[in-house]
Amino acid sequence: MGTALFSILVFPGFIFLGLYSLIIEFVDRKLYARFQNRVGPPWFQPLADFIKLVSKETIIPCEADSRLFRILPAFALASASTAFLYIPVWGVKSLFPFEGDLIVVLYLLTIPTLTFFLAGWFSKSLYAEIGSIRTLTQLFACEVPLFMAFLGPAILTGTWSVSGVASYYNAHPLFALFNIPGLIVALIASQGKLERVPFDIPEAETEIVGGAFTEYSGRLLALFRMTIDIEMVVVSALIAAVFIPLFATSLPVLGFVLFLIKTLLVVFLLTIMRSVLARLRLEQMVNFFWKYMTPLALIQILIVLILKGVLAA
Amino acid sequence: MRKVGKMLPLVMKMLIRKPATVMYPSVKPEMPEHFRGKLEFDASKCIGCKMCIRDCPSGALEIEKIGEKQFKAIVYLDRCIYCGQCTDSCPKKALKCTKCFELANYTRENLKVDI
Amino acid sequence: MGKILIPIGPQHPALKEPESFNILLEGERVAAANVTIGYNHRGIEKACESRTYIQDMYLIERICGICSHSHSTCFIQTVEEIAGLSIPKRASFIRTLIGELERVHSHLLWLGVAGHEIGFDTLFMYSWRDREFVMDILAMLTGNRVNYSVNTIGGVRRDISADQIQEVLKAVDILENRTEYYIQVAYEETTLISRLAGVGRLPEDVVMRLGATGPVARAAGVKKDVRRDDPYAAYADMEFNVITDDHADVLGRTIVRVKELMESYKIIRQLLNSIPDGPLIVKAPRKIPAGEAVTRYEAPRGEDVHYVKSNGTDMPERVKVRAPTLANLAAISYMLEGGYLADVPIVIAAIDPCFSCTDRMIKVSNMNSGEESILDWNGLRDYSIKWYREQGIELNNIKTFRGEVR
Repeated sequence: MGTALFSILVFPGFIFLGLYSLIIEFVDRKLYARFQNRVGPPWFQPLADFIKLVSKETIIPCEADSRLFRILPAFALASASTAFLYIPVWGVKSLFPFEGDLIVVLYLLTIPTLTFFLAGWFSKSLYAEIGSIRTLTQLFACEVPLFMAFLGPAILTGTWSVSGVASYYNAHPLFALFNIPGLIVALIASQGKLERVPFDIPEAETEIVGGAFTEYSGRLLALFRMTIDIEMVVVSALIAAVFIPLFATSLPVLGFVLFLIKTLLVVFLLTIMRSVLARLRLEQMVNFFWKYMTPLALIQILIVLILKGVLAA
Repeated sequence: MRKVGKMLPLVMKMLIRKPATVMYPSVKPEMPEHFRGKLEFDASKCIGCKMCIRDCPSGALEIEKIGEKQFKAIVYLDRCIYCGQCTDSCPKKALKCTKCFELANYTRENLKVDI
Repeated sequence: MGKILIPIGPQHPALKEPESFNILLEGERVAAANVTIGYNHRGIEKACESRTYIQDMYLIERICGICSHSHSTCFIQTVEEIAGLSIPKRASFIRTLIGELERVHSHLLWLGVAGHEIGFDTLFMYSWRDREFVMDILAMLTGNRVNYSVNTIGGVRRDISADQIQEVLKAVDILENRTEYYIQVAYEETTLISRLAGVGRLPEDVVMRLGATGPVARAAGVKKDVRRDDPYAAYADMEFNVITDDHADVLGRTIVRVKELMESYKIIRQLLNSIPDGPLIVKAPRKIPAGEAVTRYEAPRGEDVHYVKSNGTDMPERVKVRAPTLANLAAISYMLEGGYLADVPIVIAAIDPCFSCTDRMIKVSNMNSGEESILDWNGLRDYSIKWYREQGIELNNIKTFRGEVR
């Protein structure tokens, strides 16, 4: 009981997740700056931003629904953090694995996006309304390829548990090569899920000021920002666990170091995507996901089914 | 020929290059030779014709007589637009532009300086 | 979703200067766009009438930071035409050199701003880093990074030495290399093209009807450039092409501006290789004889028109400035309607708006009755005294001003 509480709250639970998300945000911003030939922020910048936001006044517009306004950031943070409990950190087993936790993780990752929509909608501000509608449209476009990309590897392993998938690919690492189309789809769809360039149309600063977060300030905005950072950690950890089969089951410390390296690699790839592309328009993004990403994910599932048939025979 | 991520090779090369930022204020860049900064007055050359005051677009200069053929110049740093017209108008070339540009101050009174 | 009225401006992250665009949205499509200007009016034309010509030079230069040399040169040329002066050849070469360097600086700045408006921050950072080369060159030649103040009535104030010529040529070589890369990016990068192509269409007949100038007109195939049609300064001796494109949309304007950069490098090299020796200035009278003149200039944004009327004293009687953005603004409502909300920032940025140049005259219109009137100087003064009185401030009772007792 004591160790369970410790692992949920401290390591690899909430506090570790919070600190690691700040580190990942720093790595992302520093890489982005270096790609652009700039110096970039110092290592404590994300922590400083968080503390600054928490210490500022929280202004709630009088037309907005005050209770919902306050609760939604907490919802988002809670669901994003809970998703991390089912992803393996230092081995192939997560903290509380059970059959079907891959689906639970994917659902828990959808909840923050829904809270962004609700936050923008109940802010009753023009820009926030437009931002929230865009968030929902993007949800419909990029969730489908994302889910299907994670489905592919799971079909081959025959289990619906992240830990099960990880241990299967640990035992047969060469099968991970068949998942490369799925890896590409997962990376691009995660960029859409995390609302980063080229898919940051819901929060396009030069068009709709702040998107769904226009009216948020102070502590509530700090919680939303933390949610976005934690989502990034969870998504990159999930991609690392399902697609990149490099685990060290014997030594936990080596396993943890491998986890860090894998997640930083995924963040590196996501940052490169952010640096070399321009933002797409809403209908261009929907076209792109439904015309190219979903068929590619279907091809991935097809490959996996054929492979499964070959293996069974 | 259309490419996605055309800037990718250049972006990756930038990782190993030094950033193009000058780390001001720990590193101070050198201003070019004829930079128009704060004015400098040579009292020995001034004859008190006040051509500089006549041509100044913003009324930033004042010349005061402090003795026989002795003049003192006062410049309002917040009114001066650092155009250098006074340096051209002066027939004796008593005014000169220096390279000093860090002239910010907390109170307005401190911006009225003798030069 | 019904129609919503969304205000872009006066304060908005997409706009670098305050303007008001009221966009009527249906879903993501723009149904109607309403443009209101006037937030940047500073009374410059009136202020010119109470300052001498030499002081006016610096005032006119500060109408805008990016096209400051354009305004300054155009004004000086008008005054010199009234006075009947003809400046020495070396002075006109130096004026043209600074004008072309300013065009390079302005187009690189525009490239960065356009990149930022579509979310392409890497292009923004790269082009503004390259712009620093031009700023350093200009600071070396003229003494300041913006507001160069290199003109004076009758010629120029600064000379250019042989070392400086070599520095400029070196910088132009580096910049030409980088600009060729940006041309490639404009033609090849898929996300950039998909954001810029087909956006903000302005075909040739509409250009002629609404009177757009500069790269906006040239992107529709209209071959109008004041440097070719009505040469001034040293442009009559220079060989260069007038760049046109036939896309007639934002991508066309991008291509026109980037290719104009290459033409500017060509002109700068010709200028520096053939600059003649000679005096820098002819003696100009303080009191300009009575008369009036109109001059045009090809600013980086389009055609800049200045009109000066003098009455024999050392202060002008009337100065009128028509900036190119005023001509292009009429086309914005046409370009925005039928497009997407996501395109509004980039369409506005594509005409390269410089609202500081634009706002000049005030027409007072009564909001309730709709009638319009034009106030002259005394009428404006009475209006302001009455307005302050209604707020409870009696202007005659103010005893101290700026720490000095009146």
